[in-house]
Amino acid sequence: MKGILGRKLGMTRVFDESGVVIPVTVIQAGPCYVTQVKRTETDGYEAIQIGFEVTKPNKLNKPLLGHLKKHDLPPLRVLREIRVEDASEYEVGQLLTVEMFKPGDLVDVTGTSKGRGFQGGVKRYGFGGGPRTHGQSDRLRAPGSIGAGTFPGRVLPGTRMAGRMGNKRVTVQNLEVVRVDPENNLILVKGAVPGHKKGLVLIRQAVRPKKRG
Amino acid sequence: MSDVLLRAVEQSSLRDDLPEVQVGDIVRVYFRIVEGNRERVQPFQGTVIRVSGGGVNRSMTVRRIASHGIGVERTFPLHSPRLEKIEILRHSKVRRAKLYYLRERRGKKARLKQRYETKKSS
Repeated sequence: MKGILGRKLGMTRVFDESGVVIPVTVIQAGPCYVTQVKRTETDGYEAIQIGFEVTKPNKLNKPLLGHLKKHDLPPLRVLREIRVEDASEYEVGQLLTVEMFKPGDLVDVTGTSKGRGFQGGVKRYGFGGGPRTHGQSDRLRAPGSIGAGTFPGRVLPGTRMAGRMGNKRVTVQNLEVVRVDPENNLILVKGAVPGHKKGLVLIRQAVRPKKRG
Repeated sequence: MSDVLLRAVEQSSLRDDLPEVQVGDIVRVYFRIVEGNRERVQPFQGTVIRVSGGGVNRSMTVRRIASHGIGVERTFPLHSPRLEKIEILRHSKVRRAKLYYLRERRGKKARLKQRYETKKSS
């Protein structure tokens, strides 16, 4: 398991050697510092903490500054933890760059999806809504039945209804790395990635790589 | 800054060897197509009824009347490496950006007035 933090820049398309159009998301990822190494002996599990985006010291509070200063690291805006099989491969202060991935690799990309606000069942869960004609009124985007009658006499917990949509942590699995540009710290993955432009994303090696046909 | 980098990514696949196509142009497009394991160049001639997109996404739709008066439209990505060549046969005088109205017309009504380069004023 290896991973890196980045910011989504937007989507475009590239052509492969045979001229086929590939839709890609451009992500500016890294360089990330390893800020802490967690070992089974000391912390009970194996993980690394990585930091992204150097910022001004006055943007961080003193505990965070101290945590970073301990290892002579610059003030970093974002700190995230990644589980790894063997954390001994890493050491604090090490730089992680996009070069850890190469074209053809499969990655999982995690981000915060775009917030949609309060949405009805049609948009939020893909409900079909009601009939548009045959004397219907006020049924067009209605959710339909939300449960049985006297028994159980209540709406079951978890029933899909209208509510806040988006702005949640979403992971898209098995995206193919199309191109890596270490010069500009860019990585191009095939397909869409959660979140808006400039949104923070975490790129990790795919946990469940699909078999190539 | 982020937009600059995005443009830079596109820059690598942009092509500048093809002529600038305008809506209403009669063009002949030479497009490489893969047939099984053989590759050949297929010409497609018709009227440009739409040019859309920017940067590497720019594309045009070419409409031609095939045999038996059946309209055929093909959309080409203008920066595709499969585009062999574009020949602009003539320009037309057009008053809108998309010529979708040509779809409802046939024969004489589907004509466009030719525009000559010399007449081009502003």
